[in-house]
Amino acid sequence: MKKLIAGILTAAIIGGGMAAAKDVNKIVVDGSTTVGPIAKAFAEYYMGKHPEVNITVSESGSGNGAKSLINEACDVATMSRPMKNSEKDAAKSAGVLPIEHIVAMDGIVIAVHPSNPLADLTVEQIRSIYTGKIRNWKELGGPDMPIVVISRDTNSGTYETFETMVMNKEKMTDKTEYVGSNGAIRQRVMSTEGAIGYVGLAFREGVKALKVNGIEATPETVLSKVYPIARPLYMYTNGRPRPETPLGEFIELANTPEGKKIIEDTGFVPLK
Amino acid sequence: MQTSASIAGGKAHVASLLLSNRARMQQRIVAVLGNFSLLAVTSFSMLAVLFIFLFIARDALPFFQHNSLREFFTSTRWYPSAGEPEFGALAIFFGSAIVTFGAILVAVPLGIAAAVCLSDVIPFALRQFVKPVIEMLAAIPSVAYGFFALVVFAPLLQQQGGQLLAIAVWIIGLPVAALGIIVLSDVVGDRFNDRFQSLARWGIIIVLGSGTLVGLMVIGKSLGALRIASGTNAFNVSIILGIMALPTIVSVSEDALQSVGRELREGSYALGATRAETVIKIVLPAASSGILAAVILGVMRAIGETMVVWMASGNASQIPQPWYNMLEPVRTLTATIAGDMGEADQVTGSSRYHVLFAMAFCLLVFSFACNLVSERFIRRARQKAGG
Repeated sequence: MKKLIAGILTAAIIGGGMAAAKDVNKIVVDGSTTVGPIAKAFAEYYMGKHPEVNITVSESGSGNGAKSLINEACDVATMSRPMKNSEKDAAKSAGVLPIEHIVAMDGIVIAVHPSNPLADLTVEQIRSIYTGKIRNWKELGGPDMPIVVISRDTNSGTYETFETMVMNKEKMTDKTEYVGSNGAIRQRVMSTEGAIGYVGLAFREGVKALKVNGIEATPETVLSKVYPIARPLYMYTNGRPRPETPLGEFIELANTPEGKKIIEDTGFVPLK
Repeated sequence: MQTSASIAGGKAHVASLLLSNRARMQQRIVAVLGNFSLLAVTSFSMLAVLFIFLFIARDALPFFQHNSLREFFTSTRWYPSAGEPEFGALAIFFGSAIVTFGAILVAVPLGIAAAVCLSDVIPFALRQFVKPVIEMLAAIPSVAYGFFALVVFAPLLQQQGGQLLAIAVWIIGLPVAALGIIVLSDVVGDRFNDRFQSLARWGIIIVLGSGTLVGLMVIGKSLGALRIASGTNAFNVSIILGIMALPTIVSVSEDALQSVGRELREGSYALGATRAETVIKIVLPAASSGILAAVILGVMRAIGETMVVWMASGNASQIPQPWYNMLEPVRTLTATIAGDMGEADQVTGSSRYHVLFAMAFCLLVFSFACNLVSERFIRRARQKAGG
């Protein structure tokens, strides 16, 4: 008898907990590892001002974020690339209406080991390295070391942007190593002398950022799109959130002065 | 008269021990219900495995129907996300095979040697301490191993890889060579008559010993000059997977060696064999089916491991030139499934989604086959031990 009552109580609590999951003071954010730091900084700032709101941020890749939004497993999908048509169709058939919000501008930085003497590469040279035509740093005037080519895995919005803007949809060499996040590329490039990789603007500490076509990646060059590999960062929601709800305020943070300061501190470029 | 009265009394006694019809029926129902619920619980786990198999096969089938099998199994071009996708998984199958092979190379000698030590060499008190420590290796989460491989081992290989390899060659080569030379000198020395015996023995030791030292020095120097370009490669993963497979191999081999029994060992010692002869010529062959089962279980552990290979194998879908160059990054089936999973689900119904299930199906079939073979060996070992 006691066990029965205990069982009923547990079920009631769990059921009540599940009902509470859809409440307005809980925001689940999932998606890009590039936009992740911005989402986390926003979450900390917002939860500091509104302690009753609970925001969780995961970073499983832009592709995974879109999938979560379509499955209604998250409220905000952060993506470092625009949603593809196939994703939008899948959303429509699932009854989800993805609304795009641009939160910041980002530049993809070409990173090499700090001891690498090179300072500058053209987009064509980067493409040749990644397609395997150039295999040794000495072909570019550097030391005699084989080039260790590192890329993000295909889950990543950063990968898709790189593929569109630098590779021109050409296929990467089969010697390319794939890693799972911006942080992983930075860690690999920092510890491997012959490595080359690409990371978001906020992740260039500890590695040497090369100039691309003679232009350095700075907030100004990225915002004005003078830097060749610049891209917007997105947050997607299901429908347009009402401005007075916590979700609405969270999304609007990017347009407020405090939000723009947070974006700058995180290493990205706020929109004007 | 006395006996018939006692018999009548006895019958009455026995009658009260027999159950009434109703009680017997109740007991039978309870027994049936109990058996049925036990059967249900057991078949639930069996059904779970069956359903996993069915669901994976169901989603793998569209890939095999719509895409070229030959491309999947013979091409090395893996570009699932390109405009015209290519699904050549040969390099990925090769990657899985070579890291498993490397893991077995590391784990089997160490594991069997450890099992022999635990069962025949180490005193009982020490064994009770050492065995749990080895089994603790199995409790370390695989992501911790992967993290170690990526953050500690890979940079170590890149900075001092050549020297590390040279030291490893010395550490492995010296004891093995010493053992081999001593045994060889004994064997050859026995062929000479007494006068020349010690001369022959020392001669062999000196000649072979200096040859080995020179050989090790040459190999050590050439390895020491090696520069490893990328520390996340098949060698890195093989070592870590070998350590992960070690507890499995040690446990099952040690059980097999224990089950050989004292009689065989005591008989061998009674005939005057040394411990080395007993272990090598009697105990190991008797336990061979159990040891083989242990190796197969180790293979299954190594080939199914995901986190370590995804973090530390480099994930480059290529067959290194030459194929035995383990210092190049490779990609395994498990890492491909884990890495491509998020993106592939988005375009559900496409080949990119189904090819991952095809890979999972291949892994499942291989594991099942390994399991069946290992079961056969274990059964044979049990029959031998049971007599």
